[in-house]
Amino acid sequence: METERYSVVLFHSMSNALQVEKLLKGMGMAVKLIPVPRQLSSDCGICLRFDRRDEPRVKATLEKKGIEIQGIHPMSR
Amino acid sequence: MIYLDNAATSWPKPEAVYRAMDHFMRHTGANPGRSAHQPSIEAGRIIYETRESLATLFGIGDPTRVVLTSNATEALNLVIKGLLQSGDHVITSSVEHNSVMRPLRAAEKRGVEVTVVRCMPEGILHPPHIEQAIRSNTRLIALNHASNVVGTLLPIAEVGLIARQHGVLFLVDAAQTAGCYPIDVEATSIDLLAFSGHKGLYGPQGTGGLYIREGIESSIEPLKYGGTGSRSEHEYQPDFLPDKYESGTPNSVGLAGLGAGVRFVLEQGVPEIQEREQELIRFLTDGLRAIPDVTVYGDSDPQGRVAVVSFNISGLTPSEVAMQLEEDHQIMCRPGLHCSPMGHKTLGTFPQGAVRLSPGYFNPNEDLERTLKAVGKIAAARARC
Ligand SMILES: Cc1ncc(COP(=O)(O)O)c(C=O)c1O
Repeated sequence: METERYSVVLFHSMSNALQVEKLLKGMGMAVKLIPVPRQLSSDCGICLRFDRRDEPRVKATLEKKGIEIQGIHPMSR
Repeated sequence: MIYLDNAATSWPKPEAVYRAMDHFMRHTGANPGRSAHQPSIEAGRIIYETRESLATLFGIGDPTRVVLTSNATEALNLVIKGLLQSGDHVITSSVEHNSVMRPLRAAEKRGVEVTVVRCMPEGILHPPHIEQAIRSNTRLIALNHASNVVGTLLPIAEVGLIARQHGVLFLVDAAQTAGCYPIDVEATSIDLLAFSGHKGLYGPQGTGGLYIREGIESSIEPLKYGGTGSRSEHEYQPDFLPDKYESGTPNSVGLAGLGAGVRFVLEQGVPEIQEREQELIRFLTDGLRAIPDVTVYGDSDPQGRVAVVSFNISGLTPSEVAMQLEEDHQIMCRPGLHCSPMGHKTLGTFPQGAVRLSPGYFNPNEDLERTLKAVGKIAAARARC
């Protein structure tokens, strides 16, 4: 897997992760909920993986919906 | 069998509800939000979609404001036990269900002051009576949206406005109205909305929920504490919704069914369901009123009520009537006090109670025709004795 292409959003809660997954999928982005990569740690155990090129759109959506996140991190091997 | 006990729990359920639950049990199975494998995420997604459908139904902008509970009773207890403190004053009505009255009476023992505003014998409440009861320490107005004894609707929009003007929180018990009467938490200034999942929302038993307006959660203690799948490194309960109030493994299969039930309601449309139920209740009340020796309780205007009607036959106890309806006519109803002794005191039917018929969206007209005939027969036989 080419992990360089991806970043992940870490959330405080599962509900937020699911909420954002649905929003971004609805906008046509190829996102996926995955376990949090080993080198990161998160409150809820899952994170949302997205194509790094979509980062501005992801950030804009989070901001617009007022959803607090733990952070966005690039995925590395 | 003719099932006329939908006010207790609706039956049958839409096909989609059976399918969603069967599918969850066979193919999803996992514990939502606890593990990060795909079946667990899928279980979480199904529950999130249930939350989202409920938010759409009640005009709630943010689905995470919907806390899922095991029934309306748990939702009502959560608010009454978690919010009210010694010295607080709460106002309620005389047609409340015991799921409100009992937690309030228990709160009284902790030093909470309770005022019960009396309704008219038809179950009608005058909003000014609520306003007159407000004091400087009034924290909450807890109101039934529709009486489960006589079906009369209470003026929640007017009371919501009064509560808002006086800075008092407004809790609505929508057990009898969710799914069959329009509810919009913004338009009616509802701060807290408790509902059953297993009545007009067509979910299975063991489902319900509570909407909590943003900001109020800081003054409501959880009913239970424990694992939420979030903030696992902390020994303290998370402070955000819905996790603050949803500890422990949820009734995932039930919530899968509830989601399908709410989507059924959204597809049919609440106005459509409401119209059908009004048709049924008009037919039933008109028919009952025409039978000699039958007393029908409640508001005669079908616009002002949900599909619940209570009656008595003179000379017979409610349980005798119910037994004859079941044994001789295979009609299922509910006699007695319907968990609302005060509701029956308001009607003047305490302590014997009444016979309650509650048709649902799925009852064909023939069910009611047969029921009216059966009641007529029972009343006529009694009159001959
Ligand atoms: C008005 C009213 N409030 C509360 C409840 C309790 O609902 P649940 O059985 O979901 O706890 C009921 C139904 O039994 C009801 O009719």
